[in-house]
Amino acid sequence: MKFDLKVWGPIIALIVLCVAGAFMNENFLSAANITNVLSRSAFIGIIAVGMTFVITTGGLDLSVGSMAAFIAGVMILIMNYLIPSMGVTVGVVLIGMAAALALGFVAGLLNGLLITKMRIEAFIVTLGGLGIFRSLVTWLADGGTISLDFDMRTFYRPVYYDGILGISWPIIVFAIVAILGEIAMRYTAYGRHCAAIGSNEQVARYSAVHVDRVRTATYVILGVLVGVATIMYVPRLGSASSSTGVLWELEAIAAVIIGGTTLQGGFGRVWGTVIGVLILSLIGNLLNLTDYVSPYLNGAIQGVIIILAVVLQREKRASR
Amino acid sequence: MQANAQMVTQGESAPVLELRNVSRFFGPVQVLFDLNFDLRPGEVHALIGENGAGKSTTMKIMTGYIGASEGEIILDGKPVVFHSAEDAENEGVELIHQEFNLAEQLTVEENVFLGRELKKGFLLDQKTMRDRTRDLLAQLETNVSPRARISEISVPEMQMVEISKALSRNARVLIMDEPTAALTSAEAEVLFKQVDRLRAEGVAILYTSHKLEEVKRIADRVTVLRDGRHVLTAPASDLSEEDMATAMVGREMSNLFPPKRTEAGDVVLEVANMAVPRYVENASFTLRRGEILGIAGLIGSGRTELMEGLVGARAATGTVTLNGEPLRIRNVDDARKAGIVYLTEDRKARGLLLNQGMRQNLTLLALSQFSNVLIDGKAEEAALDKAITEFDIRAPYRDVKVGNLSGGNQQKLLLAKTMLADPDIVIIDEPTRGIDIGTKQQIYEFIHRLAGEGKSIIVISSEMAEVIGLANRVMVMRLGRVAGEVSGEDVNEDTIVKLAMGITSGTNNEV
Repeated sequence: MKFDLKVWGPIIALIVLCVAGAFMNENFLSAANITNVLSRSAFIGIIAVGMTFVITTGGLDLSVGSMAAFIAGVMILIMNYLIPSMGVTVGVVLIGMAAALALGFVAGLLNGLLITKMRIEAFIVTLGGLGIFRSLVTWLADGGTISLDFDMRTFYRPVYYDGILGISWPIIVFAIVAILGEIAMRYTAYGRHCAAIGSNEQVARYSAVHVDRVRTATYVILGVLVGVATIMYVPRLGSASSSTGVLWELEAIAAVIIGGTTLQGGFGRVWGTVIGVLILSLIGNLLNLTDYVSPYLNGAIQGVIIILAVVLQREKRASR
Repeated sequence: MQANAQMVTQGESAPVLELRNVSRFFGPVQVLFDLNFDLRPGEVHALIGENGAGKSTTMKIMTGYIGASEGEIILDGKPVVFHSAEDAENEGVELIHQEFNLAEQLTVEENVFLGRELKKGFLLDQKTMRDRTRDLLAQLETNVSPRARISEISVPEMQMVEISKALSRNARVLIMDEPTAALTSAEAEVLFKQVDRLRAEGVAILYTSHKLEEVKRIADRVTVLRDGRHVLTAPASDLSEEDMATAMVGREMSNLFPPKRTEAGDVVLEVANMAVPRYVENASFTLRRGEILGIAGLIGSGRTELMEGLVGARAATGTVTLNGEPLRIRNVDDARKAGIVYLTEDRKARGLLLNQGMRQNLTLLALSQFSNVLIDGKAEEAALDKAITEFDIRAPYRDVKVGNLSGGNQQKLLLAKTMLADPDIVIIDEPTRGIDIGTKQQIYEFIHRLAGEGKSIIVISSEMAEVIGLANRVMVMRLGRVAGEVSGEDVNEDTIVKLAMGITSGTNNEV
């Protein structure tokens, strides 16, 4: 098989980054550091997997960061409300989790239906969502912070900090989501249909693909995954405020693009997105660990990488 | 008849633009053969022919959009080479596209001067541009404000804006590609008046149209092309509409087509009162088992839209009965499940995913056969092997992107993709558009084989020869309605062309 930069590029970049990091700081590749980085990147990672489907289908979702903040806020309020009657119990946690998933589902469905049935551009719909969810969480928090009941926080904490065999739950959940996503994208009719719609919606429609249904489903999947990410996020800080999840949407989109999914749709790969997430979070981590470059330049370096990734992966399009 | 009817109308005036022995190849396919054609100042020269006869290629060569593979272009008696449309425009040779080249959100005046804006210092000289535009439109008796946006004006007005754009560049040669295709007859009248006026001013006009009465009326000379070859050039006054039609279609159909099938089984599909908003009204027809039904008609007569309505690719109303049972089709998937498939005429925009491989394209329509929860990649590969052999698809390598296949191979892949859904009724729109003669023959044979296997086929085609060569029964559409149906002996060019063009004739029995 001939060497294909588009396939190997992100992997090579990741390896180079790890090797360079190991030379710069001996703690970089330590288990503790890696676990820390992976746990923190799991939220973005879980969302980015969903984003891969949306972008592959030719869409975009700018609302996910605000949506996560909103879901976190509502989830905490529901749990706090239930504690006086139900106590600090598993039941309350499960209801909170169910609420997060349901909210994600409904928000995704709304996005999807507005885009497919009302024929409003995804950019507009989700830009609106970005503003609305952000504003709602600020309003719910009355401009401050929504905090989880202190006892409940202690009770729920292990969902972020514990795990099996030293691997924390967020990492496990991220891995499961990524594996399922990769299978769905590559080996199911659904993934094939997403790519077909992203390549050419008309061809997909004439090929008996239920375009609106598939497209709406991408937003629903993403919404539910935002719910999943929120479930993992809430126990970390135990609070939600207007600054929760800020810029998550851009980080998720950046990870998807660095991973080799084409922004105009038609081709997506979930494993690439996972690599993209890792590259972005390892760079941030490396800047914090070393003092060659100021951590304040993190955003600039990420920006350069995104642009570079797209330039390297550009190809001559098939003649029309 | 190789024409030496090249005769001098209105005497004397030497051609302003002339093609001499021009040929054109697209890859290995020759589409224009040794063509001679000229335009004189102050004449309207109509170029007519069936779709695919080479009119567009001729016009594009004359206006610098594409080059000639062989032969010369002569301007004012001297050979020239147009490297681009801009070269031709600088010499006063303007093409008015059938689909307008106007920026919808800009105003009329902005469009007229687009790319050649007049300036005063650094700023636009809006006043002069507006006045010039107003004058040009007044000349064309078009009452539209220079400041109106294109999106707000009517189609004939757009046509006039296109013409003003050409005139503002002092066009000496105006090439009009079916200018009346989008116009009503009243609107066309206005256009004719302007064409007359331009002719009187000494502009040389090339005019194409499928409407022969129009050609008869407006042209001084007529040139007929067929299959990329010159058939005749004669004064319009010497030709009747029927002469033109005969010259356009009269070809020897040797053994391009397999012998016709005459037997047909029971009625499998019955369509009644089908309407597609804006395109088709009140269309009814039946289809029998093992039959090849041809559908003829001009482009824009609603053939494609009717079939797209039938298979759920477009909103449509009407009743569909399949094997005696009423059938409701809301989308393409419903049609597929009922065993009805449609092969689009536009394989690049609607048929195939050009940036994906053959395998992904092949199985897209019938993907449910290949996936339980997961897609069975091995079964897909096996299906691709089978399709490559059965349909003789020639690809440079196996995972080639479909956009890099030749038109003929794309068409074969599209056929293979459609047949994978194992349909009973196959609707094929323009089965051989833009593909070479050898592949054509393969596709014709394949269509016959399908009918022999008891499938029912509908073939839509703009190529008269194709419909006649394949179908035993032909439905002709005109202006969104079924104009008539012919079968058996009546399936010939003459009858069909007359029905399609709406030329009333007393001798034919229309069903």
